[in-house]
Amino acid sequence: MRSRIVTAAAFTAATALAATGCGSGSSGSSAKSIKVVYWQNLDSTNKLQANFLASMVKEFTKANPGTKVTLVPVTASENDYYTKLQLMMRSPATAPDLVYEDTALINSDIAGGYLKPLDTYTAKWADWSQYAKAAKGAVTGASDGKTYAVPDDTDTRGIWYNKQLLQKAGISVPWQPKTWADVIAAAKKIKAKLPGVTPLNLYTGQAGGEASSMQGFEMLLYGTPAGDKSLYDASQKKWVVGGQGFKDALDFVHTLYSQGLGPAKEQALGANFGTAVGTELIPEGKLAIDIDGSWMPNNWSSSAAKPWTEWQSVMGTAAMPTQNGQAPGRTSMSGGWAWSIPAKAKNPDLAWKFLSTTLQTKTNAAKWNATNANIAVRTDVASDPTYLNSVPTNKFFTELVADTHYRPGLPEYNQVSTAIQKAMESVTTGQASVDKAASTFDNDVKAAVGDDKTAEGTS
Amino acid sequence: MTALAPAPRGTGGHPRRSRGAPALAVRSLLRGLPTVPAVVLLAVFLAGPIAYCVYYAFTDMQLTGAAGTHFVGVDNFTRAFKDTDFLNAMWLTLLFVVGSAVIGQNTLGLALAVLTQKATQPVRALVNGVVIAAWVLPEVVAGYLMYAFFYDQGSLNSLLDAVHLPDQNWLYTMPILAVCLANVWRGTAFSLMVFTAAINDVPQELVEAAEMDGAGPWQRLWRVVLPVIRPSILTNLMLITLQTLSVFGLIYTMTRGGPGNKSETLPIFMYQQAFQNSLIGYGTAIALVLLVVGALFSVVYIRLLKLEDD
Repeated sequence: MRSRIVTAAAFTAATALAATGCGSGSSGSSAKSIKVVYWQNLDSTNKLQANFLASMVKEFTKANPGTKVTLVPVTASENDYYTKLQLMMRSPATAPDLVYEDTALINSDIAGGYLKPLDTYTAKWADWSQYAKAAKGAVTGASDGKTYAVPDDTDTRGIWYNKQLLQKAGISVPWQPKTWADVIAAAKKIKAKLPGVTPLNLYTGQAGGEASSMQGFEMLLYGTPAGDKSLYDASQKKWVVGGQGFKDALDFVHTLYSQGLGPAKEQALGANFGTAVGTELIPEGKLAIDIDGSWMPNNWSSSAAKPWTEWQSVMGTAAMPTQNGQAPGRTSMSGGWAWSIPAKAKNPDLAWKFLSTTLQTKTNAAKWNATNANIAVRTDVASDPTYLNSVPTNKFFTELVADTHYRPGLPEYNQVSTAIQKAMESVTTGQASVDKAASTFDNDVKAAVGDDKTAEGTS
Repeated sequence: MTALAPAPRGTGGHPRRSRGAPALAVRSLLRGLPTVPAVVLLAVFLAGPIAYCVYYAFTDMQLTGAAGTHFVGVDNFTRAFKDTDFLNAMWLTLLFVVGSAVIGQNTLGLALAVLTQKATQPVRALVNGVVIAAWVLPEVVAGYLMYAFFYDQGSLNSLLDAVHLPDQNWLYTMPILAVCLANVWRGTAFSLMVFTAAINDVPQELVEAAEMDGAGPWQRLWRVVLPVIRPSILTNLMLITLQTLSVFGLIYTMTRGGPGNKSETLPIFMYQQAFQNSLIGYGTAIALVLLVVGALFSVVYIRLLKLEDD
């Protein structure tokens, strides 16, 4: 009996060791195959990118017989996707050959040593000259000036409003608020006239993740008089704390949620609220004004989660005004996603080939920007009629690029963003006053980046 | 004759012994050989990660944003104890452990064990079945069920509506209470089983003797049964405390630690620091603190058990 147990244990151990040994050995795949990782949104009906990439793989393998491209979708919330990606890139055994990530994370991952510089590749690639300068800036290493990714889209943010609801509330359309006060005033009118309709949505809280920081808070913050220097002062290389603009933006959030002008707090703080806004609240006419991104029509195309063709006549767009209407009068935030090759990729050359000869040709880039209703980063695509006519709002959101802002592409941004979400959440729930939340934010930022990397805001 | 007899045995014995000693060593080595894989596995998969974990806790390791990792001494720990969110998480963890394990699971399990003791077989089977079903469910599944029960349009509010009581948005207004109740629901079965076994082992003569002396049911429980099963109570407390300290999936699925940080216990806080803020070193330091909290609870229980023995 005992000897049998011992044999069993030894056998188990041997197989376990063999399995792990085998695992690290066999994942070094052949030179003809690559692994491509992208994010599959938790909304499983959204297959835009999955379908697009599948068609790209087909095109590539047809042109390059004998090669194999494995698509690895990661189904997760946005934050969890980044975590998973970083864990994968950390180890040579699991590092993919091509990854898709938000340009905001590129610099953290460069600093982490996860990404491979692509300059030797781009130098020989004629198409690279077509990419917009700002977009190239978003994928450039802050410390070494090298290129680490090929951006495939950007986005801008503004105000979506339901024309019918606004008219019912007595607001004339087309509507273009000049100041924050105009936005609040409109929301108050809607609340008074249209019971059962949520007047204004501004993403908030920790569950919303980056949507809260970017579509929500920073759309306000970068519109304060401090503008580009309201969160990070690039000239001093310091994060801004104690700024008046920060408090004003928080106060806007507080006003919105404490006066019942926004969605119900418990709804707004739920993890899947973003999906609900696009697929339920707006199409069902339950939300009048939504501060959101250029990609919203993705929710309503015929192949999407909530086919809704009437949106073109029902929904209007307006630029987000600056706080007091000061120049340039409007503001927006931009990000966008990009393709990178991890430093530990096993087959970077083939990955680059897939990226440059298939994924990012002019035709396919235009197809992608049109399919995904994103703003093009290639100048040749931006003037392409396929792209311009694919979504009626493309022209409006492309024009916002002139007054848009990019987030500070720094490794610490992630923690600052979390601190913003915390501050928003505490004023949304009423857990803390605006002053208290702002000072908590200041302390969080100081703790995250170090006292010496912060500066007091001026106005 | 008598002198001769031991001599050859002695002389003959000596070389035999000296031959025997290495043979014995070899034999015990051979006997130990089968345990080598187990020892290696333990070292590689258990001791290794723990040692690494302890090392990480004293570094500034990040998931992303820093290429290098530096030794920072006790910085992570001093930072934690200055961090109001950490102190909040610490307090909520204590509340969660004492509320849902020490008070909730423990007393409810004991009460159920005592009550079902005298119940008929079908009743006992039904109660045990229901309670144990909750325990068998995977943590995340239990979390989703409890979310469906507590959320603002969930079954609890439907029930309250049905009897014309005011609704509560449980997960929003009192998240820590909701997760405590969920953990009681999920974990009571363990205490129930421990106590049922312990009560069955109470010598029947003792109980009968007490009955003969005129002790009522309450007195029999208080003066006979509980003192006899006290070691089981303490062991149970220790186990459920350690289990509850590490509850993550249940809370994460129900509230993600929110709203704000109103249900952010140490495991959730640790996860957020390590994987959302990318601060692996800091997160690991919090894991060590959690380990120490668990150890402290254990020490208290073990001391109480020792007192019992004296």
